[in-house]
Order: sequence, then C-alpha cells, then structure tokens
Amino acid sequence: MPETDQTREFPGARAPDRTGSIDSSGLRLALNEWGEPDAPVIAMVHGGFDFSRTFDVFAPMIAEAGWRVVAWDARGHGDSDHAHLYGWAADVRDHLAAIQSISSEPIVLLGHSKGGGQLLDLLDGRPSLARAFVNLDGLPSQFSSPDVNDRERRRMRRADLASGLDRRRRRAELTRRPDTIEGLAERRQPMNPRLSREWLEYLVTVGARHDDEGWRWKIDPVLHLGGFGPWRPGWSLDHLAALEMPFLGVLSGVQDDPMGWKSRRGDIEPFLPPGGQLEFYDDIGHFLHIEQTRFIADLVLNFLEPLR
Amino acid sequence: MTRRTEFLLNGSLRLALHTLTEGEGRPLLLLHGLGEESPRTRPAWTNAWNGPVLALDFTGHGESEVPVSGGYTPEGLMSDVDAVLATRGPVTIVGRGFGAWVGLLVAGARTSLVHGVVLFDGSGIVGGGSQPPTPYVNVLPASGSLTPDPYALLELSRDPRPPDYALDYVRFVLEDSEIENPIVVSARIRPEWLAAVAADIGVIELPLEQAIESFA
Repeated sequence: MPETDQTREFPGARAPDRTGSIDSSGLRLALNEWGEPDAPVIAMVHGGFDFSRTFDVFAPMIAEAGWRVVAWDARGHGDSDHAHLYGWAADVRDHLAAIQSISSEPIVLLGHSKGGGQLLDLLDGRPSLARAFVNLDGLPSQFSSPDVNDRERRRMRRADLASGLDRRRRRAELTRRPDTIEGLAERRQPMNPRLSREWLEYLVTVGARHDDEGWRWKIDPVLHLGGFGPWRPGWSLDHLAALEMPFLGVLSGVQDDPMGWKSRRGDIEPFLPPGGQLEFYDDIGHFLHIEQTRFIADLVLNFLEPLR
Repeated sequence: MTRRTEFLLNGSLRLALHTLTEGEGRPLLLLHGLGEESPRTRPAWTNAWNGPVLALDFTGHGESEVPVSGGYTPEGLMSDVDAVLATRGPVTIVGRGFGAWVGLLVAGARTSLVHGVVLFDGSGIVGGGSQPPTPYVNVLPASGSLTPDPYALLELSRDPRPPDYALDYVRFVLEDSEIENPIVVSARIRPEWLAAVAADIGVIELPLEQAIESFA
C-alpha cells in the first residue's frame, strides 16, 4: 500500500531542535532536544509503547519558557536500538546512562506513566541526580486493577506468559504490520481513546517508518503490554515517600482510560514526601500532557519557577 | 562421554545446549546456577536417569552469547529453556540455584512440555528476596563476549521473588500436570519463595537422586 503523502501537521507540534544518541553499555538510545543548549535542563521520560516524539507539543512549550528539554527513546522504542533483553531494571539503568550523559549536575526530571514510575525507582537509589521531579500519572497504587480477583489475576498472568513465550519463539519472523497512516492511527486509537485522530496520524509520521508496504511502528515487535513480573505497586510508593527533592505529582482521575494507572488522590497522599505537591484531575485522561498540553505545561512551569 | 554441543537460536542470540549423555526417550535437562555454566560431564547424581541428559548454558553464561547491555530477568530467561522445548519437546528439569527458580517458572508456563521439575541448591537460589532490595543502579562498561556477563550477575541476584508469586507458578503446574508429584524440592537452603513452594500440599520433598529417579 504505497503512500506518497508522508507528512502530517499538528497544531503546536515541532520537530526537535537537535538530535543525537546516548550509549548505554553498547546500546544506542536516540536523543531529542528542544530549546537553547545553555538553558537549564529538564529531562523527559516517556511511557510504555510511547517514544520521545510524543513530547512534540509539550516539550516546545516548556522550551519556549526558557528550558532545554531533553528526551530519549527507551530501548526498543522509537529510534533507539532494539535489545535482546528488556526489563524494568534495564530501562531504569538506561535512564541513568542518559541523565549522566546530559549533565554532571542535578537536573529536573519529568516522567510520564511507566517513565514516571521508573524515575521514581531511579531516584530512590540515585537522589542526587535530580533537583526536582515531576511525575505525570506514573504513580501506581494497589487499586490499579481493583476489580481483579486472585483467580482472574492468575489466569491473566498465565495467558500473558504463554503469549510472551510464543512471541519470543517467533521473534525472528516478527514484524510490525504495515498500514496506511490512517490505518495505524485507527489501530492505536483503542490505547489512546481520548486523543484526536489528527494527533494519532501525526504520531504515525514520527513514530513509524515507511517502506514499500506502508507504515510500520518502529517499536520492537517482540514487546507487548504487561510483563512486569512480580512487580507490586506498593514497592514504588515506598520510594515516593523517601524522595528528598521538590516533587510534583499529577494524577488522571479518568478511570476507564485503558493505559491509565487509576491511582486516586487518597491512594497517593499518605506517601507524599515532605513538601510534595499532588494534583488530581478527574476530567483529564492518562495522557495529560497531550490532552491538555497548555494547562499541564503551565502547571509544570509554575512548579519549576523557583528553580529557574 | 565428552559432551557434544549444539547451538540453538533465541531470537538472534546463540544458546549452547550440551548433550552430556546420548539416549532415547524424554531428556533430563540440567539448568545451572547464577554465574555458573553447564557441567563438562554427566554428574553422578543423574545416574538413575536412563534417557539423554542435556544441559543448557543460560544467556550470558558458559558458551552462550552475551546480549548487549543486559536486561536480564528470570521471566526473560524462560525463553532460553523454551528454545530447548521447541526443538526437543517434553523434558524433565533439574534446576540448581537460579536454574531452580527459572525451572519452576517455565514449568508453570509450559505445563505440557515440562514433565516434572526438581529444585536443587546452587548459586542464585535466593535472588533479591521477597521484596526489592535497596536500589542500586549502575551502568557497567560494555562487557563484550566474556561470560558470565556482569549484568547477569548484577540483575539476576537482585530480582524479587515474593512467595505468592512463586505459588502462582506452583498452581499453574498442579492444575495441568498429568503426573502425581510434578514439583520436587531437593534443596536444603530455603529462601522464602522456596519455603512457600515446599510447604504447598501438592509439592513433595526428596533427596536429589531419588527426585530424579521419581521422574525416570
């Protein structure tokens, strides 16, 4: 399905001002930057199945306020290398490699969803990396799967195990299914039901590759949703309480957003670090910074104002 | 006999599968401990087994290839064992240390292809405990092809193993298995996950040689 129209515009979206790469023990991670090179740094970490270009509207807004925004693609995502092995701890380590390559001084860290959860773990072990931390709907609670009983949880885990192993067996043949820009956007819509088709089509043009058969997402086809092993939400929450730097957490209260973590204010508040700020919006979905970009950018900029 | 080595592909990565004893019938598959590698010759404690005896070098261990930039998890290394199951069909597993943990996981994930699993002592049997240990995040230099891969040692000695998570896999095995006692604990060292497994009503305890004999 050859397609000649390979670009899409989206209001406010801007390609990175600079691109580069980071080495994480031999694995190349793709890096994107917006803003003046000598401005104070804020590093942004995307969530699972996303990529750094999902910040194409949000990052320029922060950059225009006088920040240098740096974001990288996780292993197997976006333009970064595909790895043989994937795991939460490896992602956390990749974030460390990226942050250390950007600055030897503490910087502002912002993570969305899984990226926020991983930064939470990283900062528990390496608090000196950050002078402030912003977490956008990446604070898990025990209510992340409130309606699943033990039997159902085991059934889901078992099904996930089998499909994961089957996928690894077929790894050499796996490819992302080609489609048109419109087709890929339509297939992504169930993961992002609150985001516009116009945005999703734009994402295809920066998160997929075009070849003779059409567009394919760049993400490693062996990756699939889930697969956190024995990970428990409470483990990360304990880390939250121990943070020492200024902290802003933003929660989406939309309970039926399929990618959301479904944590509520009352789940998180007991774990807030001293002086930590927590905001909860029951009318904004999991992709807060995409759905209400200006509003969330202003919230973050106000929080960061004392650090300018 | 001198072991015979063949290489299986797990994705693009080569895994070394050693045949320690040729034979007919269902193989006994040995899984080594963390930082270890497969034995050069057949261990005496496998003598009760009349069929072939195989031994797998996990990713980043022994003669298997080392992946770029780690990322080791026990769940990920299940696919190493699954590569053997894909080519050899059903096996009985004896896992030592870390291999015991992966052996239990893969027995629960591939119930029709793992005809019994023996959990025995060895390096890496404890893991990171029932909850994650204090975070220690560090970037190591690229290790090249040397084994054991330092990232394997770092990551697989810190993976949390909650007892109820281990018991999920016990349930998977017991719900599907056609044999009476598909999980046998022979290990003396009992971290919390293994104590919980051994205490399960469907799991039995036997000395190693008797455990192997029970599946022969």
